[in-house]
Amino acid sequence: MRNLIILFLIFIVPTNALGLIEVDITRGNLNPLPIAVSPLSIDDESKKSFEKTLKKKDIGSEISKVIEKNLKTSGLFNPLDKNAFLQAPDIAHLKPRFEDWNLIKAQALITGKVKNVDDKLRVEFRLWDVLAGKEMMALAFTTVPNNWRRVGHIITDKVYERLTGEKGYFDTRIIYVAEEGPKTKRIKKLAIMDQDGANNKFLTLGNELVLTPRFNPTSQMVTYLSYFRNLPRVYLLDIETGIQEVVGDFPGMTFAPRFSPNGKKIIMSFAKDGNSDIYTMDLENRIVEKITNHPSIDTSPSYSPDGKFICFNSDRSGYQQIYVMKSDGSNVKRISFGNGLYGTPVWSPRGDLIAFTKLHKGKFYIGVMRTDGSGERLLTENFYQEAPSWSPNGRVLIFYRETKTDDKGEGFSAKLWSIDLTGYNERLVDTPTDASDPSWSSLLSN
Amino acid sequence: MRNIDQGALMKLNKILRNTFLVLFACLVLSACATSKKSTGQMQGDVYTGTDTVEYLASGVPDRVFFATNESVLTTASRETLRKQAAWLRKNSDITIVLEGHADERGTREYNLALGERRANAAKDYLMTYGISSNRISVLSYGKERPVDSGSNPLAWSKNRRSVTVKAN
Repeated sequence: MRNLIILFLIFIVPTNALGLIEVDITRGNLNPLPIAVSPLSIDDESKKSFEKTLKKKDIGSEISKVIEKNLKTSGLFNPLDKNAFLQAPDIAHLKPRFEDWNLIKAQALITGKVKNVDDKLRVEFRLWDVLAGKEMMALAFTTVPNNWRRVGHIITDKVYERLTGEKGYFDTRIIYVAEEGPKTKRIKKLAIMDQDGANNKFLTLGNELVLTPRFNPTSQMVTYLSYFRNLPRVYLLDIETGIQEVVGDFPGMTFAPRFSPNGKKIIMSFAKDGNSDIYTMDLENRIVEKITNHPSIDTSPSYSPDGKFICFNSDRSGYQQIYVMKSDGSNVKRISFGNGLYGTPVWSPRGDLIAFTKLHKGKFYIGVMRTDGSGERLLTENFYQEAPSWSPNGRVLIFYRETKTDDKGEGFSAKLWSIDLTGYNERLVDTPTDASDPSWSSLLSN
Repeated sequence: MRNIDQGALMKLNKILRNTFLVLFACLVLSACATSKKSTGQMQGDVYTGTDTVEYLASGVPDRVFFATNESVLTTASRETLRKQAAWLRKNSDITIVLEGHADERGTREYNLALGERRANAAKDYLMTYGISSNRISVLSYGKERPVDSGSNPLAWSKNRRSVTVKAN
């Protein structure tokens, strides 16, 4: 992934942005914006050469499909049927006939052009406001041909950012646990895929139980729990090199790991003699610090994005509740006071909200609350679901859901789901196998 | 690991089942007296049956069960652990792993901690009956290794357990 070369050749943002289309992402997707994604045009020579190297007949149209799927999945856009397009892609890219696009009710239009330049993939695209009849942005990149899907994701991120005013989350990956086999003998492997489910890859073989992988927000490192040699310990894995190491030298189970926002520390639980407390380990100097010291279970720690606070899960009140403390362990305050049990708090990358799992009257909920515990909002209810993870822009949550088995104990499955912060746009995230414990990466390119 | 003669085991199972039936009747009666809910093989929500139980030796069940979100040992659990302790005292070369488990109705990470807490409750009790801590190790599986794949209170009660496993 390091070999991505992005050259921003053109970057035009009109200064008279007033009156151009905008997408409000703070409300539900009741009126997704009709958008036309014209297939990226490509000359015959480039087409042939990319067909040879990438095994794709028309890479321009493939990239536009990636963009289209991303936009649709976001719930904020309604990509229009290509069969209704009147203008040819190459001409539309030069100068759209806005009346034609208006006729099919498109409010925004994406056009583009793909070319082979010294065996590199050169892509340029433009975003047009159909109603105003204006170009909203134009960008071009050059990269190695294998990165063609990422080009589609980066274009979506740019379009999303231009139209919503917030960063996108499409050029990202999800690490998760792939599951197979009967419920009583589940085989679990670490797996990674692009945010849209493409490029799925297994990172472990399934010889030992693995759980709760989490991305480092600043690099391609992952921390997770492995039962290697039947010793449940927190590990660190470099996705690029495949090198892994155990984190710290603890005489017992370490679990529930996460990175600090700057990626330099791991925060986790260490269980000993029936008591779990929260610890951090500095990855540079290996210094271990004990953060909580309480005879109750303290687990599922998560840092605030400024690194100054930690939210975590404790049963010190008698039942699982959410607490917030300063990152040195002082000023512990309970913030969840609603009915039921609360677990898996995760601080939003925007800093203003904490997502959680709630168990109440036999149902599981994914919800959010402000960092002082006020404004609790439940987004989704199910038989079993937990472990939300934020998209890097703090607009979408991904989590996993397990089904209830039938009278014979059969029919178990675990799947990834995503939902908007608004509570709308709940979606099954496709994975080749059953899946759980998703963790969303940061944007790969910024 | 469990090398008991099958025939003997069957017989034992039968005897045990009968004693359990009597015991169970007593429990039902006492349950009525204390107005605790009892359904099938459960008292309150603690499993009292023998469905999943295996035997470390004749008359020594391998596991104890817990109430939802609890790690407190019940009277029956303490009795089981006393039998385990007596057997371990007689077989002083044996070391054990206490495997703590939770049911599926909790978050994964909390359940890992809860499983560890349950296994340690059993460990502490064995230690008070003279079993040295260096013969006991503890391993939590959280909700990862249920014995019953059902999604109902009875299945969950079987899965909330600490199992004593011979390690050598």
